[in-house]
Amino acid sequence: MDLSAINPILLIAAMIAASTPILLAAIGELVVERAGVLNLGVEGMMITGAVCGFIIAVNTGSPAVGFIAAALGGAVLSLLFAFLTQVALANQVASGLALTLFGLGLSALLGQSYVGIKPPRMGDTPLGPLADIPVIGPILFGHDIIVYLGLLIVAGTWATLKFTRAGLILRAVGENHDAAHALGYKVKRIRTLAIMFGGACAGLGGAYISLIRVPQWTEGMTAGVGWIALALVVFASWKPWRVLLGAYLFGGITQLQLNLQGAGVAIPVEYLAMSPYIVTIIVLVILSADKSRAPGSLGRTFHASQ
Amino acid sequence: MRTRLGVASPHIQWHRKVIHTKSAFLPKAQKRRKYAQCEPVWRTKTTKTCAAYCREGHRAATNGQGSAASQGERTKMTAPLLQLSGVTKAYPGVVANDSVSLSIGLGEIHALLGENGAGKSTLVKMIYGLVKPDAGTMQMFGKAFAPTDPRTARAAGVGMVFQHFSLFDALTVAENIALGMETPPPMRTLAARIRDVSETYGLPLSPDRIVGDLSAGERQRVEIIRCLLQDPKLLIMDEPTSVLTPQEVEILFETLRKLSAEGTAILYISHKLEEIRALCDAATILRGGKVVGTCVPRDTSARDMAELMVGSTLATPKSAAHVTGAVVLSVTALSAASPSAFGMALKDISFQVQSGEVLGIGGVAGNGQDELLAVLSGELPCKAGMVRFQDHDMAGIGPEARRGFGVLAAPEERLGHAAAPNMSLIENAMLTGAAREGLSKRGMLNWPKTRIFAERIIKEFDVRTPGPENAARSLSGGNLQKFVIGREVLQRPEVLVVNQPTWGVDAAAAADIRQALLDLAANGAALIVISQDLDELMEISDRFAALNEGRLSAPVSTQGLDVEQIGLMLGGAHGMEVAHV
Repeated sequence: MDLSAINPILLIAAMIAASTPILLAAIGELVVERAGVLNLGVEGMMITGAVCGFIIAVNTGSPAVGFIAAALGGAVLSLLFAFLTQVALANQVASGLALTLFGLGLSALLGQSYVGIKPPRMGDTPLGPLADIPVIGPILFGHDIIVYLGLLIVAGTWATLKFTRAGLILRAVGENHDAAHALGYKVKRIRTLAIMFGGACAGLGGAYISLIRVPQWTEGMTAGVGWIALALVVFASWKPWRVLLGAYLFGGITQLQLNLQGAGVAIPVEYLAMSPYIVTIIVLVILSADKSRAPGSLGRTFHASQ
Repeated sequence: MRTRLGVASPHIQWHRKVIHTKSAFLPKAQKRRKYAQCEPVWRTKTTKTCAAYCREGHRAATNGQGSAASQGERTKMTAPLLQLSGVTKAYPGVVANDSVSLSIGLGEIHALLGENGAGKSTLVKMIYGLVKPDAGTMQMFGKAFAPTDPRTARAAGVGMVFQHFSLFDALTVAENIALGMETPPPMRTLAARIRDVSETYGLPLSPDRIVGDLSAGERQRVEIIRCLLQDPKLLIMDEPTSVLTPQEVEILFETLRKLSAEGTAILYISHKLEEIRALCDAATILRGGKVVGTCVPRDTSARDMAELMVGSTLATPKSAAHVTGAVVLSVTALSAASPSAFGMALKDISFQVQSGEVLGIGGVAGNGQDELLAVLSGELPCKAGMVRFQDHDMAGIGPEARRGFGVLAAPEERLGHAAAPNMSLIENAMLTGAAREGLSKRGMLNWPKTRIFAERIIKEFDVRTPGPENAARSLSGGNLQKFVIGREVLQRPEVLVVNQPTWGVDAAAAADIRQALLDLAANGAALIVISQDLDELMEISDRFAALNEGRLSAPVSTQGLDVEQIGLMLGGAHGMEVAHV
């Protein structure tokens, strides 16, 4: 066992990066669920975003364009879900599961000829002298732009939900869609927009895996991150800052236990591998002991009768 | 049908008494106005027009407009505020509104009457822009008015308080109110304005509270204040009093009268005819989607109005001569803590009910009614010897086993307590009828037999639904109430306990339910009817007792019982506030 091989500064920086895909997918799903829609297709939208971002980044040579394409890809796929649940009034659980299966298949098909290719690298954000500060610099200011974008989306989501009228209307639609309809709000339109936002965020999260974390394309490479993001939203009691905490905990401990495994710590690998799940669940369950609850209309189909 | 003919109802008289005592604290001028208001007959049309004039002048002055403007406003007053002509709306298979015309003047409180399903809701939804009429025109202040959605209606000055409150439980009062406004001010300003309006109109309300924690009356205040903040010209109220206690009703009426005096017209939908007589200036009666008559409520008896609504002579429930027999249910020194944090504990309650007898229990909601029903039905455990049915001690015997004995109950809350909202009527019939109707055998359910039972309830109690396979939540409140009561009555109970049996039910259906209860007693069952409607209790019960702060007064015969005595038994109202008009 050689713990000295672990550089704490690099480890923390890696933990932040490792958490970003979960964070992006979870914050998107949080918005969707706050609007009263349960989209179980996060995994499918992530993998679709991963393959779309990869293909476009390889072909254009620009990771930034790749990320935009990933967000668009996720959003377009989520439109399919929006059509099924908001227009055709299909069951949300079944539609979400179908979306995941569809996304996995579609991405495998699209990515066939891209296996084994290296994507263009995304540089770190030039934050100038900030990155040169000892310890804090490498930890906080040495990341690519998507890490900061993720944090920005969390802060923006929190502020929007709490302080703006748009956020209030979104929460109202998720809380009681019949009452929102009676007040004259366009429930379906608001929900469709929320679903598309969730899709775009999931797409970004997927592309972060295929363009930065791994970086290459393999079939099914999101490997269940979408499901973890879904669970995280529930354990975080639908609160943006708790999603951030949960994502960093989970991503961080995942990274930490990999490092520990690499250092040959005398703990069975199985225990190390399960540690992120256990710690995240315990912390968030303790936090969610307050009386916060799910949005009132979550998962219910809205039909404007009369 | 809420009162005996000719006699002013004890309900109304009691209100007057409350106001008398309150008015001692008011300045003289206000006192006179209150006095006039609580006795509707004295309040003439002229005084009202006067009030409207004063207020018009006041508004012109405060707006800083010249006398020309105020002159203009005065001439406008002669044109009605809202005029509907020939409004028609058809749904597949049913014409909800057939060429409906009505007009509402400035500051007028206009009642819209009709049975469940007469088309009242559709009509107000059209005025509020939720539904588009197929034909006909609407005019506001003489100009064409065709709202495409609630926002345009709100912008034109129409506010609506819904029957099932359109509130968001998880949001605060201020957030709920902001959602109902077009351009809400910043939250802090809004909170101040909410406090302001709530004090002006005697509707105490804290803007920071979560709506889910509020009582029914407080929730309604949220809706009313939401409307008032937009300075509406017309306020639509869909059955506003069905969930309120008598005290809350009195507060609401004070607010509405104040609004009316300020020139706001109110379109008021209610089944409670005595309330309409006390409050409204005019009434339009709908039946089967058509206007079948108009009247001045305070000059028309409740019975006449009810008959116009139903379209036939109304049968007053008649108690057949029945003999009371042996004591079937006896409650001795019953004390029980309430399961809910906001409930009322029962304290030392004792009474007996004989077969063939109806015991009426009156009192304001929240004084232990729900807890008493829960103890009698078996939901809430009690100690040995407290509740006895014939010679069985009911301690430790749960609701299902009590049903086997013939002790049945119908709680107040229809959706969620008496019936499972998302289950069909057949399934709901199974839920309480399984034991007594033999609907299940060795754990296997007999669905064909249950369907027959459900269909029998629907037929005998005139429940209006396309069929027994419809979900309970799809029924209107009145229809579900008929189903819930019918389900217990048809199981031939030995003892039946009901709480608010005719809550939110139209006059004809209420009369049917009361008749069914009386017939049941005539056949030898013992009935305990818990209700806030004193007229109802006077009409059907043999003995009356009042529940106050978890204590029950000694039951007395209703024969010759007068209002003073009931008032004393109820122990007076406390802790309630009347609008500071």
